[in-house]
Amino acid sequence: MKQKNNNTKYFCISVASVCTVIIIWYLCINVFHMKSETVFPGPVKVFNTFLDKLHTKAPDGATLQAHLWSSIKVALLGYALGAIVGVPLGIAMAWNKWVDRFVRPLFDLIRPIPGLAWIPMFILLFGIGITSKALVIFLGALIACIVNSYTGIRQTKETHLWVGDVFGASDSQKLFKIAIPTALPMIFTGLRVALGTSWTALVAAELLASTKGLGYMIQQARAISRPDIIIVGMLAIGAVGAVFDALLHLVEIHVAKGMNAK
Amino acid sequence: MPMEQERKINHNIIVECKDVSKTFITPEGEHPVVKNFELEARENEFLVLFGPGQCGKTTIINMIAGFEKATVGSMKFMGKEITKPDPSRGVVFQSTALFPWMTTMGNVEYGLKMAGVPKAERQKRAQKYIDLVGLNGFEKSFPVQLSGGMRQRVGIARAYCNEPKLMLMDEPFGALDAQTRYLMQEELQRIWEAEKRTVIFVTNNIEEALYLADRILVLTNCPATVKKEYIIDLPRPRNLVSPEFLALRKEITSVLDSTL
Repeated sequence: MKQKNNNTKYFCISVASVCTVIIIWYLCINVFHMKSETVFPGPVKVFNTFLDKLHTKAPDGATLQAHLWSSIKVALLGYALGAIVGVPLGIAMAWNKWVDRFVRPLFDLIRPIPGLAWIPMFILLFGIGITSKALVIFLGALIACIVNSYTGIRQTKETHLWVGDVFGASDSQKLFKIAIPTALPMIFTGLRVALGTSWTALVAAELLASTKGLGYMIQQARAISRPDIIIVGMLAIGAVGAVFDALLHLVEIHVAKGMNAK
Repeated sequence: MPMEQERKINHNIIVECKDVSKTFITPEGEHPVVKNFELEARENEFLVLFGPGQCGKTTIINMIAGFEKATVGSMKFMGKEITKPDPSRGVVFQSTALFPWMTTMGNVEYGLKMAGVPKAERQKRAQKYIDLVGLNGFEKSFPVQLSGGMRQRVGIARAYCNEPKLMLMDEPFGALDAQTRYLMQEELQRIWEAEKRTVIFVTNNIEEALYLADRILVLTNCPATVKKEYIIDLPRPRNLVSPEFLALRKEITSVLDSTL
């Protein structure tokens, strides 16, 4: 009962934080007129633009949903590829010294290159279509997945492996039934971090090379001085990112039972 | 005739360590942890290795379990050289080493699962040992939801579940508070009486050693070697304040002190 009361209380605090920012925003723009609405629109105007953008294609050629869908599609494609390759690769590197030695020099070389630095090369190779952006996201997600899966497997306790040895577990049983369960929370952290980087990398890529998507939308809005659309776009980017993260967190709680329960 | 005699003796000896030494090689040089160690553990005997902290007791247990190899010397289990871990030598770890992602049932039945025992059968057998260690009703709890003493009970049930010939216990109660520790000593004594096994039990707590042991090997400080042997034939369950108990306690403590 007390727990439930507390949860309600905490939820109210969270709602209050969002409301506070909106109120301050409103006061600054609409009451004290610190900036003209043509430069920095107030919350009411932004909300109206948001409603408007749901069915108006002007000025950038597509509705908000169309941009959103275009962005999500590319982000998820690159992210899924990065996760499918990155998680097993990270696990293999941590489990097998040969794989580690073979992959590591390439990995160490690629890791410091920011995602955006790949774009010029990709544009020359693949144009500004979906391939270039998906590849940028793929690389970002790949690195986050490898690093976290690797660290997770490395946290496997020696005594846990000994327990496997005592009961005659094979190498693959030790990997799948001991090391991977140990690593699961870290693997999920990797998947969450990767989703975050995918999303940010995508929007950055769209600013440079795109004809559609949220990044493209805010870039176009800047060109024609429509700050209200820029803010709608930014909030949409933030909201989608937060929703993705929350969804993965729910899956994580369900999968990694017993690992982080208090 | 001598052949036959030898066979008869071997039948009773579960573990035999002869002149075992173990040296770890570190960047700072050679570090001997066990030296000329001798041990014979007989069937259904409760053998306690008692020695100061960090004296190499864990290394001895790890070698008998098969996790580590002796540098020199021979270690035999049921007449065969120990080369790798085996389900017939159960281990209870100080850190419990339970799998946090598995429930009590999952942890206890793990060994049977690895042995390929069908689900219904292994759950039945696991349940028997969960009941034996007094965890009835906690089958679906995860280790984080259990207290330290309960986790150690799961560890004991897991080791017992594969019905090993030998149980190796490495300071299983070392991390428990004093009250829980007493309780667990009584529990272990009860479990051992119910399901007799050869037990090799490591501790640095003299009361624990005297309460549980048929025989105590007092070890020297690192490198570990046997300093003295005591056969404890006090009736069980033992009275911690009986004059005999206290006299033995005093004597063994002074022997240990002289090794430091």
